[in-house]
Amino acid sequence: MSKTGIGVPVIRKEAASKVTGEAKYTADFLEPGTLTAQLVTSTCAHGVIAGIDTSAAAGVPGVRAILTGESCPELCGAILKDRPPLARGKVRYYGEPVALVVAEDAFLAAKAASLIKVSYEPLPVVHGPGQALEPGAPLIHEGLGAYKRIVADVYPEPGTNVCHREKVRKGDVEKGFSECAVILEARFKLPQSDHIAMETRAATASISADGTVFIRTSSQAPFEVRKMLSELYQIDEGKIIVEVPMVGGGFGGKAPVNLEILAYLASRAAGGRPVRLVNTREADMVSSPCRMGLEATLKLGATEDGILKAAEMTFLIDAGGYADIGPRLAKAIAVGCTGPYHIENVSCDSLCVYTNHPYVTSFRGFGHASVTFCIERALDKLARKLRLDPARLRYKNALMPGQTSPTQVKITASNCGNLQACIERVKGLVNWEEGDRLDMGGGKIRAKGIAAFWKTSNSPPDAASGAFISFNKDGSVNLNVGCVEIGPMMKTTAAQILSEALKMDISRIHVNMDVNTRYTPYHWKTVASMTTYMIGRAVLRAAEDVTDQLKSMAAVVMKCAPEDLDIGDERVFLRSDPSVFKSFRDLVHGYHYENGNALYGQMLGRGGFIMTDLNFLDRETGKGKPGPYWTVGAQAVEVIYDTVAHTYRLTKAATVIDAGKVLNPAMAEGLVKGGMCMGLGLGSREHFQYDPAGRVLDTSLRTYKVMHFGQTPEYLVAFVETPFVEGPYGARGLAEHGIVGIPAALGNALSVACGAELDELPLLPEKIWMAKTGGRL
Amino acid sequence: MYTLKEKTVVTLRVNGEDRQALIRPGDILLDTLRDGLGLTGAKPGCLNGDCGACTVLVDGTPIKSCLMLTAEAVGHEITTVEGLSDTPIQRAFIELFAFQCGYCTSGFLMVCHALAGQMQTPPDAVIDEWLESNICRCTSYEEIGKAVRAVLNGEIK
Repeated sequence: MSKTGIGVPVIRKEAASKVTGEAKYTADFLEPGTLTAQLVTSTCAHGVIAGIDTSAAAGVPGVRAILTGESCPELCGAILKDRPPLARGKVRYYGEPVALVVAEDAFLAAKAASLIKVSYEPLPVVHGPGQALEPGAPLIHEGLGAYKRIVADVYPEPGTNVCHREKVRKGDVEKGFSECAVILEARFKLPQSDHIAMETRAATASISADGTVFIRTSSQAPFEVRKMLSELYQIDEGKIIVEVPMVGGGFGGKAPVNLEILAYLASRAAGGRPVRLVNTREADMVSSPCRMGLEATLKLGATEDGILKAAEMTFLIDAGGYADIGPRLAKAIAVGCTGPYHIENVSCDSLCVYTNHPYVTSFRGFGHASVTFCIERALDKLARKLRLDPARLRYKNALMPGQTSPTQVKITASNCGNLQACIERVKGLVNWEEGDRLDMGGGKIRAKGIAAFWKTSNSPPDAASGAFISFNKDGSVNLNVGCVEIGPMMKTTAAQILSEALKMDISRIHVNMDVNTRYTPYHWKTVASMTTYMIGRAVLRAAEDVTDQLKSMAAVVMKCAPEDLDIGDERVFLRSDPSVFKSFRDLVHGYHYENGNALYGQMLGRGGFIMTDLNFLDRETGKGKPGPYWTVGAQAVEVIYDTVAHTYRLTKAATVIDAGKVLNPAMAEGLVKGGMCMGLGLGSREHFQYDPAGRVLDTSLRTYKVMHFGQTPEYLVAFVETPFVEGPYGARGLAEHGIVGIPAALGNALSVACGAELDELPLLPEKIWMAKTGGRL
Repeated sequence: MYTLKEKTVVTLRVNGEDRQALIRPGDILLDTLRDGLGLTGAKPGCLNGDCGACTVLVDGTPIKSCLMLTAEAVGHEITTVEGLSDTPIQRAFIELFAFQCGYCTSGFLMVCHALAGQMQTPPDAVIDEWLESNICRCTSYEEIGKAVRAVLNGEIK
């Protein structure tokens, strides 16, 4: 195995620490004297807080502070400031933090928390986004119009439950439909669910005598934590240090600022003493933000030979009680509403809607697994109407260079890859040509479904990253980048890119695994599968910086021109005669002559990167560029379905992604397979259910089921490599994408298998039975 | 019968050493290992026996340490991930990419290590039965399956 560069299955840098228990996550730092904070959460989904009695709790010895909404009047939010850190006046979802107890240890904190009595006067509950829009629906945020907007492009609609509306208008939809031979209309309903990162969210906070705030947190966005705390509490950013050690899975759930605010308030109330706040699994599922639900209506039109001409769509996001990143989810869904297909005439309204469900945030795929389910299920229905092979329908309509996206970005091979190649390849992987429905006898049907997807970043147009390089005296390199190690080995990927650029052994590149906002270069957030691109570009620039320094310094020492030199294997050598060289170790901490003279100081490399040609979308038409590129792919699922019990076994799941360039084949495969596994969970079993009062029923892993060992299918993964010319070595991001089309492909396979249209998730046998029989025995 | 009424110092046999810890009668083994003895390899994931991230071996058998009282562990041989050193299963997990975020890894390692120690060639159904006790949210489980099989069939020693 080559030890240099990209395209090889490098072992992750922190591997040994993760198999020995040595790797430390936020809650593993147990400093003596640290207080414990314990949440008290709402037992009511929508209600006025009639009273909070803390007197008994305050009497527990060892209790250092008790906070309620009255102790913190500020409102927080990343897009719209609509959420009190602790509920004030009313609660808007079951599980909302209502009080916080700070005590000497966990036992005392739990004891005191159990003694806090909160009384509620229940209000009518909004159970879903459709209901939220009905005339006369209860208002969840009476003061919506008064909330401060953090960004310019969020448009709340006061007097309603609409938090934000994103519109796409392209072409002439009416004219488009008039040209269609076949029109399909469909409705879809997808539930809220949860990230279930194995490490629940955790944060510790302390405030030192000079006012410096120290936060250690399991976050995907340490620089956002710093920014939000600074803005909320008027603390200079430089006086806030946010440190993130290893993170036990994020999947988008640790991108928002959440427990950090409460930990800070707890420490402030306890005189600055260190306080730790760790979510229980129950709190992590319903108090901290979860994954969006969706209700959608789609109308698609096509010509007789299956060319898509027009699409009209409405998406209602079940955002829960608060906005968080919901308006951006609405944007992402609108931007990608057609899927990776060319449709000339598009009208789409994507709404972020308040309900009395737990509030939502980013989740792996950022809305795309949901919108993809809708469009891909609709395409299968359309294919049936047209009597066309569903794979063929997708192939025919795949976006091609020269066409435009719904927000009118010109498609190129570089920015959108080759979907047709992905479709052809995935067909081969699952032997599509044998047919998508095979009767095996004995009441068993083997069926396949296919789906294609695309995804771009929907990041702020000025998202940025940085990289620092320093050297050790032996010539080895230290790399410092601001991405968080949440699992997909981005720190190692950064080292691989540097190894390729400097043509040196990756074992001689040391990466700082944690992030500390004082000394780690800024990175927007570890989200959106953008790390390889953004950090990669910053690393390449830093590599160029040190390469230039090495060459110009060696040129002086070696008495030649810098352009006559090249680097490799920790040497700067003459291109004409590589045996004439200077080693990195002789250059990077100054050059030392035999007589004692020295030249230059230590060598430091730096690279900065910022997105360059993105812009805000037009409010009326959506026109604008939302991300630097799309990652496209095609997926398929095969099941064996029991026609009597309506149960099924997952037998195959396949993905082909246009990766641009695969930097680490083993990791890329692992990420895609892991994504598929999670997608199968979303498709087959994961959901929040509520009682009539809006209380979440699935608050433990006993009743909320995820995929387990032994329940998984055979996984098939392949890559197409159409370079993204601006990406590091042509690479596109692919960490999220394995999940995106899988619920849709499963829905298509099972719809074919059972002969009924399955338009709701998750696909429990009971749901299939209902769709198939209408509930008649 | 062994009884505790107040905070008491107990002796636990952990990774081959006698360790003392001050515990409350209701303390769970997971909290004592982590907060009392600084062995943070076992992770809290649900405190309900559903996820397996806190799995340790008690007399060689995988036990979810969130479901065992510390008092119950007195007199038994406890092994945590910190007690494994360069074992085949640790090497297999690294070589076969059987983890990503690493949070569930200690628990899975303990289950796999015990399985490899107790059985020579278990059928697939037995492997499934042993490993379905734990949850991994990053991988597809395929890599974990490959790792344990590589150890069971002697490919990685």
